[in-house]
Amino acid sequence: MATPTVPKSWYLPTKPHKFCPGCGHGIVLKALGEVIDEMGIQDQTIFGCDIGCSLLSWNFFACDSTQTHHGRTTPVMTGIKRARPELLCIGYMGDGGGYSIGSQHLLNAAVRNEKLTLVLVNNTNYGMTGGQMAPTTLPGQKTETSPFGRNPEQTGYPTMGPEFIAQLTPDSAYVARGTVSKYKQLKKYLRSALRNQMEGNGFSFVEVLSTCPTNWRTNASQTWNFLEDEMEKYFPVGELKTPFGKGEK
Amino acid sequence: MQRVIGESKRSFVTGNEAAAWACMAAGADIMFGYPITPQNEIMHYWTRIAPQFEREFLQTEDELSAGFTVCGAVQSGKKAFTATAGPGNVLMQEPFGMAEAMRLPIVGIIQQRGGPSSGTVIYSQQEVTLTTFGGNGEGHRIVYSTATHQEIYDYIVKGFNVAWKHRFPVFILGDGYQAKMREPLEMYDPQDKGIEMVEPYPLLGLGGKIGTDREPSHLCNIYSLEEELYEVVLKFAAEYEALAPQIIEYEERECDQSDIIILAHGVVSRAADDAVKALRAQGIKAGYFRPITLRPFPQQQLRDAIARSGAKKMLIAESAYGQFDRLVKQEIYGETISIENLFMPGVGIIENDIINKVKSIL
Amino acid sequence: MSLFRIALAGEGGQGVQSIAEILAEAAYNENKQAIYIPNFGLEQRGGVSIAFLQFSERRIGAPKFQKADIVIALSSRAVERTLTYSGEETLYVYDSSFKLGPEELPEQAKQIIDLPAIETANNKLHPRVFNIIIMGAVIGLSNVVSFEAAKEALEHKLAYKFEKDPKLRELNYKALEIGKEMGEKALKEGVV
Repeated sequence: MATPTVPKSWYLPTKPHKFCPGCGHGIVLKALGEVIDEMGIQDQTIFGCDIGCSLLSWNFFACDSTQTHHGRTTPVMTGIKRARPELLCIGYMGDGGGYSIGSQHLLNAAVRNEKLTLVLVNNTNYGMTGGQMAPTTLPGQKTETSPFGRNPEQTGYPTMGPEFIAQLTPDSAYVARGTVSKYKQLKKYLRSALRNQMEGNGFSFVEVLSTCPTNWRTNASQTWNFLEDEMEKYFPVGELKTPFGKGEK
Repeated sequence: MQRVIGESKRSFVTGNEAAAWACMAAGADIMFGYPITPQNEIMHYWTRIAPQFEREFLQTEDELSAGFTVCGAVQSGKKAFTATAGPGNVLMQEPFGMAEAMRLPIVGIIQQRGGPSSGTVIYSQQEVTLTTFGGNGEGHRIVYSTATHQEIYDYIVKGFNVAWKHRFPVFILGDGYQAKMREPLEMYDPQDKGIEMVEPYPLLGLGGKIGTDREPSHLCNIYSLEEELYEVVLKFAAEYEALAPQIIEYEERECDQSDIIILAHGVVSRAADDAVKALRAQGIKAGYFRPITLRPFPQQQLRDAIARSGAKKMLIAESAYGQFDRLVKQEIYGETISIENLFMPGVGIIENDIINKVKSIL
Repeated sequence: MSLFRIALAGEGGQGVQSIAEILAEAAYNENKQAIYIPNFGLEQRGGVSIAFLQFSERRIGAPKFQKADIVIALSSRAVERTLTYSGEETLYVYDSSFKLGPEELPEQAKQIIDLPAIETANNKLHPRVFNIIIMGAVIGLSNVVSFEAAKEALEHKLAYKFEKDPKLRELNYKALEIGKEMGEKALKEGVV
């Protein structure tokens, strides 16, 4: 039996990583690591992460990395990119950081078409703080702050991030929604999002549908069912905007 | 260092213009800002001058973003700064806190306006507490409270150097009056004054091949264990305290053999200085003490001045309701000199205000 | 020269801040210490605009003051706003067209002077140079800067306009001179 390989751009002294069993972050970060390897960009990549579960990635890669406050990864990466345009900046955040507390940064970075690659992991709740309702919590979904299920009459409908970002950005932007259940597709989206920054085209954004069995309180099959049957139905997976043509691999 | 001013020259400009030129002369690479009165003209001048010297500017979506973009830019090894006031300064305490935690060499220019809340767009000294001890940290910052355009210029040049040499965030604490008024100053390129500018250096994007030439740089600002954080904060505190004697600046006049010491900072110190001269001319033995650095505070120097003076009273004058007064009291805890105050929150203080107050309490 | 303080007030658009800036610049060019600070508030347009000017041979203290040596009010609203800056040593100046009763004028002043600046501008020169007449009057009343320095600073400030229309230069210089004479005359006559 072949031993599982890890991406070269992973930082081995911090492995095994600290995400919960069944958490999707490891899958997203593996896809990202493989893409960084394949593109040969490890040495010029700056990885920045938010607070929330995404913060556990602060020393995940053997790339220069920085950690910010909740929601503030976008402006920190903007500052780096504006000051040193030759660097490749990847901002990594959760749904709370991107769509709630840092939404003004995400929105305005998109409008300014900042040459950044932002990866936002959507697991429909605030994981690190103990499973509260997020902007992406599905209607009827129970969380610690919506114990009887999210009522859209009171708290609105889930934020459709890539859809609104696609509306805000020019044609040179790249906007997609992937899922940890479709690994090859996810890698393709991440690769396109990085290529778009490398070519200096514009803002690149990938939302990734992910899992949180700890806070969902689901077993393995329930976890996967929620991802594939509930989330992927509500949040359509695919490319919303690409300068490269949708058929391209 | 690129020459910006050329032959050093006398100028008659607003404080905001002086600030923009000082940042340019100090070699700042990029400014991030968000409009708020009374600092707007710093951005206006910067955006006009910057292209001539290949410097950059970004108007961000808010002050949170302005502060955090500055944090990002300095991590990448560029001299970056911002300017703000009032409610903008409140928002910037979040990024300023990160700068404190990660020891980022940011420079912030604060032109105080009236408070609380939106207050006025005009003037105050009500951002002392916020600028010295804002955020959820321990005040490991360096704060210069300027009184003249020359000082705005000089301390901005110095501030970039102090920030990059010691990696504590540096703030130039001005106010709306200083921002908007015109008065003479000398602008110069630092090298013409024998000032060597500290070169910035990156904390990220270090070049080379990771794993072969070097390890990756991982910057963090959150810790898993309380002991880890404790050690970091104690280390910063020790470094800050060791550095303080080198950083502290103050002015003292006529304190020896005085009956009363007048204590003021920033633009109010000009009125205090004039008041002391006028009082002395009238035979009233008044002395003058002004901290230029509010953080770190010249506490030993003030204690010494009190001891030498033999004064029974001290008058603290400020355009706020006791923010400077609290700072002074915590710094000179244990002194028995009686402390009077002249609090005029959000309005200017002129020498007559101080003279009348002194006469009423002596 | 010891410390000299001037408060100039008028409606937005009357050019109050422009002449304050020119006067301050002229004093600076004569190697005096000068501070000029506009009042600035929420209103960008409309409302009374005040300029605070101080001149001295030595470093000037606080940028604002309570009582001025000269107050000039260029509108009737500006009179109301500037009463507070008039003290026992103040020359208080307003335009004779305002027709104000004694109760509307400052209680404290060394001398209250009304000048026919608006009328002179409208009838003899051009309404646009009203503020330059006032600037001349400040010089006539105070000698705070020399006439030549004022002319130079005016030239510096308005050079781009004068280039387009050289007649403007003559008009402005004339206004400055008329204003200066107006100020000197008022001071001599000691109208109270």
